[in-house]
Amino acid sequence: MSVIYILLSISIIVAIIFFIAFIFAVKSGQYDDSYTPSVRMLFEDELVKEQPNKSTQSKD
Amino acid sequence: MGYSFTTFATGITEQINMKQSPCYHCGDHCDNNVINFQEKIFCCTGCKTVFEIFSKNDLTCYYDLQSSPGAIPKEIEGKYDFLLQQGIIDKLVEFNDDDLQIVNLYIPHIHCSSCIWILENLNKLNKNISLSQVDFGKKTVRVHYNSATCSLKEVVVLLSTIGYEPYISLDDFSTGKKDINRTLTYKLGIAGFAFGNVMFLSFPEYFEVSEFWLEQYKPLFRWLMFSFSLPVVFYASQDYFISAFKGLKAKILNIDVPIALGIIVLFLRSTIDIIFDLGSGFFDSLTGLIFFLLLGKFFQQKTYSFLSFDRDYKSYFPIAITKISKEGVEGPIQVYEIEKGDRLLIRNEELIPVDGILINGKAKIDYSFVTGESEPISKKPGDKLFAGGKQTSGVIEMEAIKTVKQSYLTQLWHNDVFSKVKEDSFTTLTNVISKRFTIYVLSIAFISTFFWLIVDSSKAMNVFTSVLIIACPCAIALAAPFTLGHLLRIFGKKKFYLKNTTVIEQMADINTIIFDKTGTITSNKKSTAIYEGQVLSNDEELLLKNTLRGSNHPLSRTLYDLLKENDIITLDQFEEHLGKGIQALHNNNHIKIGSASFVGETEYSVLNTTVHISSNNTYKGKYIFYNTYRKGLSKLFNKLKTTYDLVILTGDNEGELENLKKLLPVKTKLLFNQKPEDKLEYIKYHQSEGAKVLMIGDGLNDAGALAQSNVGIALSENVNVFSPACDAILDAKMFHQLDGFINASKSGINIVKWSFAISFLYNIIGLYFAVTGQLAPVVAAILMPLSSISIVVFTTLATNFVGKKLE
Repeated sequence: MSVIYILLSISIIVAIIFFIAFIFAVKSGQYDDSYTPSVRMLFEDELVKEQPNKSTQSKD
Repeated sequence: MGYSFTTFATGITEQINMKQSPCYHCGDHCDNNVINFQEKIFCCTGCKTVFEIFSKNDLTCYYDLQSSPGAIPKEIEGKYDFLLQQGIIDKLVEFNDDDLQIVNLYIPHIHCSSCIWILENLNKLNKNISLSQVDFGKKTVRVHYNSATCSLKEVVVLLSTIGYEPYISLDDFSTGKKDINRTLTYKLGIAGFAFGNVMFLSFPEYFEVSEFWLEQYKPLFRWLMFSFSLPVVFYASQDYFISAFKGLKAKILNIDVPIALGIIVLFLRSTIDIIFDLGSGFFDSLTGLIFFLLLGKFFQQKTYSFLSFDRDYKSYFPIAITKISKEGVEGPIQVYEIEKGDRLLIRNEELIPVDGILINGKAKIDYSFVTGESEPISKKPGDKLFAGGKQTSGVIEMEAIKTVKQSYLTQLWHNDVFSKVKEDSFTTLTNVISKRFTIYVLSIAFISTFFWLIVDSSKAMNVFTSVLIIACPCAIALAAPFTLGHLLRIFGKKKFYLKNTTVIEQMADINTIIFDKTGTITSNKKSTAIYEGQVLSNDEELLLKNTLRGSNHPLSRTLYDLLKENDIITLDQFEEHLGKGIQALHNNNHIKIGSASFVGETEYSVLNTTVHISSNNTYKGKYIFYNTYRKGLSKLFNKLKTTYDLVILTGDNEGELENLKKLLPVKTKLLFNQKPEDKLEYIKYHQSEGAKVLMIGDGLNDAGALAQSNVGIALSENVNVFSPACDAILDAKMFHQLDGFINASKSGINIVKWSFAISFLYNIIGLYFAVTGQLAPVVAAILMPLSSISIVVFTTLATNFVGKKLE
């Protein structure tokens, strides 16, 4: 029944991969600002706009 | 003099008028000169210019995301010339390589999603900017730009012209780059990772069934758990060992002593258990305990990154100022390099960095940073100017008589109170409890071990370690962080921002409250004026109101707002004499408004601010300005007077004595003419008499008193603007709620005490298992998280209940 060794090592390796991903995420500063990205995400539509002819003053 | 009295209150009509025409860009009401442009209303050319820039670059989305999000751009001519100096650039930029420079700028105006949007689209306004990224919480923007084609000055000027003027102070110059401390996040991550995995691995053994495969792989599972717990014990729980060691060295049994003891015993006992195959060990409880403890720490660590609680004068002072050399050439000079005798040029809206003498120009110095007094003071050439004042009208030239560090204001920071850390001298409730708790636990451990040594010596070691494991005060250590952490957030929502959770404990303990006067119990914005003298005719009132319309002097603005609405007439002649007054002519009626000497009277009352009026060269009378006190002031004082000693400590003269006596409870102490050092000494003296002082102030002159008091609260009209070093920042709008906050802190302490009672209950149950020698790992694994979770649930519910009572 040595299959359990394989299963165990796989599960631990997967866990460690996620753990390393977490460490990298913290290191790159992803956890420093938890608010701005939530707002920035909503701007995607406005940011793409390249043609200067399309009027943006739709609300007025 | 004094024929009649007329009182003007703020007219309701004025307020309605304010709401009618908000500026499309900044949202301020446009009172006199409205500018119409593209069917939109603007309050000034500045706002209009910003709108033009945005519409030219197809960035008008700015106004769709949030209505009127902008700020009026300030005059910046020549202000940022110092940013061309290489030495200063090197100190400010974060990264500098060949063509790329990265700078992180603090912009106080960042407040809404529109701000984020426009600042992250800076590259549309200047092609040399490759990337700009906003951190909303910190109110900063990090700009990447090409330094070969664009300078730091250009970036700053661009930001200023669109109304987002960065705040660059002397503080940025001295501190350099700050490191972000992320260790707690790492530790929490590691503890959580290990806790989860250990839980999985220890699960099969919880049921204590003998089964072939389970028996065969037991050692493997156990050693895996052991290896998972290694980083937790030796890295994640480091702080507890360090703190416990420091405590023991200072002969204090703080809460970390029993925690560290528990961790050591848990680890050693578990390791011995698996080596000699005595049991599965307590690795699950060990990793769980540390995970929960770190979670509590993480929760408590809530900081308001956009606020700073330890500012000194450096955060207010500019990095550089214009110096006029002997040859008359103007050039920027770093303020630390200013020497005695240097000629300095101070532009409008610039801060005076050193004490000096005014050489020429009309100085109107606003000392509100320093004293909280909003009224600018006029100075003549030859007068002394003190560092910290802001010039508010035109350009002046001054000669430095001291260096920055020797100036009157900055000397206050040489006082010892600024180098002490307040938290170090305060014993928290948790540590008070922990002292007794540790002694009790140790005695129970030794007594029960001694008992088992006689009865059944094989069980003695088991019992000793079990007692120390189960009594590890995880729940006690969690009670305060969660309760006070919750309260900190609730207070934050009510615009009362605390530096850390210790402030709540200190606040529950106070017995004396000291108030500063100007800017603290009085409001900066409005004041009332009482007219004294001959009654003005209707024509004269009409002329007065219209003359005031043309003047931008703060007193004229205040008086204009206080006077009742009149028709608008066109004046035939209007003249403003800086620092003296204004005169105007209409239909051969001549009016003079201003200082006593200006209208031809001799000044005799100096205690209050006055504006004198003469019509056709006959003296009419004067408006006397009184402070307006904050709403609910006397109600607040009456609520507080039963439990606390109340004192008013002010640097002002006694002009308001009678007014204050009427407003405040009789036993309130009133002390006038107090210098910054006097305030500090007063508090020090009363503390030595056993008083626990809460001080509320607002200006830099209160900084010493705020640092000396047990709890120093800075009151702020706008929390984004700077306040002196303090323990807490209170929004001026919430001033009347002060008693509510103090009471909530007291309830918070009671909640912590109740949580202690609950965790003792769990400890008694656990100790029963431990003392009788039947503590199985599964019991510990259930009991320890259960007690921690019930504490978390109890404190959350209870603090939310307290928070609801705060309105």
